[in-house]
Amino acid sequence: MTWSHAVVRAVCPKSRTAVRLVLAAEGWLGHLAGQHVDVRLTAEDGYTAWRSYSVASAPEQQLVSLVVQRVEVGEVSPYLTQDVQRGRPGDPRTRRRALRLEGGIWRDGAAGGSGVVPFLSMLEHHRLSHSSAEVRLLYGLRSPDAAIGAAGLRRAGPRVRMTCVHSRQAPRDRDSATGRLDAAVLHAHVMGPASAPQMFVCRPTGFVESVADLLVGLGHAPASINTERLGDAA
Amino acid sequence: MATTTRGFSGRRRERHDDRLPPGQYDVGDAFPVLSAGPTPRADLTTWDLTVQGQVDHVARWNWVEFAALPHEDITADLHCVTSWSKFDTRWHGVSLDTLLDGLATGGDFVTAFSDGGYTTNIPLADLRGRRAWAVDSYAGAPLEPVHGGPVRLLVPHLYLWKSAKWLRGITVTASDELGFWERFGYHPYGDPWREQRYARA
Repeated sequence: MTWSHAVVRAVCPKSRTAVRLVLAAEGWLGHLAGQHVDVRLTAEDGYTAWRSYSVASAPEQQLVSLVVQRVEVGEVSPYLTQDVQRGRPGDPRTRRRALRLEGGIWRDGAAGGSGVVPFLSMLEHHRLSHSSAEVRLLYGLRSPDAAIGAAGLRRAGPRVRMTCVHSRQAPRDRDSATGRLDAAVLHAHVMGPASAPQMFVCRPTGFVESVADLLVGLGHAPASINTERLGDAA
Repeated sequence: MATTTRGFSGRRRERHDDRLPPGQYDVGDAFPVLSAGPTPRADLTTWDLTVQGQVDHVARWNWVEFAALPHEDITADLHCVTSWSKFDTRWHGVSLDTLLDGLATGGDFVTAFSDGGYTTNIPLADLRGRRAWAVDSYAGAPLEPVHGGPVRLLVPHLYLWKSAKWLRGITVTASDELGFWERFGYHPYGDPWREQRYARA
């Protein structure tokens, strides 16, 4: 695999600590929905640091979007969430900032940021490719304002059903539930093992451990459960 | 093409620099967990560890037999291909030299295999010479399932994906047969000091 040179085209705040970076990557060979990329930063003296981030955009889209969550003690994410956006979007100073991107590997458990990001890419791919596959998305949240990409998710087509499970407080609508993400909630909102669905469970580690165990308990084949465990890339 | 990232200077860490392979950073006290499926829960009454394949006889230990094998303490630096490194980790386990002792092998490679279906390929020579262990405890406590318990492989001189969690055995093979991540494009050998993360396209 080789690095390609990428330029930041836009920076959009997604929550108090997360931004969406829209990148134009030279010679980009494309990605699969749910894949991550490695982002490498190079200092003036040649020092480099790199981390992996999930791609939020669909393979059909020309620009590559990442959602990066800031980790205060980190090295790469503070740059990507704060320093990179000092210029206004469209400002040449912003556009000249060079990142380096590398294609990652499907469903490696390495990417940083919120666990919902790979699903943004997968659902956008589902929409743009006019897929007929039935999709259920269960989104675990502390509170409604912690949601990343909720607006985009609600745009998803009729074959996608999203349920937000709020551990603390939930808005009063039919797509939301409150409480722990336990076996009863999974049973109610996830396809059963009879239809042999492919399952994807993402981040953070404790959440993945508990949900994957519950899915196995509900009778899903372990081989059908794909997990991505690691938390924020610093 | 040497392009710099404007405004990026980095937060270099002086500590351990000579022990940090290229492209890695020190993750400190954290111990990230990466695996591609649910964590298998082993039943120790039926668990066993097998050495099979190109060997003159199959060797197998159940949990009680494995626990009775000579164990040793290991302190090792871990290097994950996703760029974090963790220093001075403390393990307890059985050297692969002990497991391979008394077996005549007819191949130069090994496929380690695990509960959950994971595999990884390693040259047999890399498992010898006190460079690889089947470990059953970490930091003085039984190895937790999330980190590969009851037993994982530990090959600290290679990237950590070679240290298969939930180890159930090794198959000695005549040729180098790619494992789970290696078939997805990870490097067949995975030396962190030569930054062998991905196979050449």
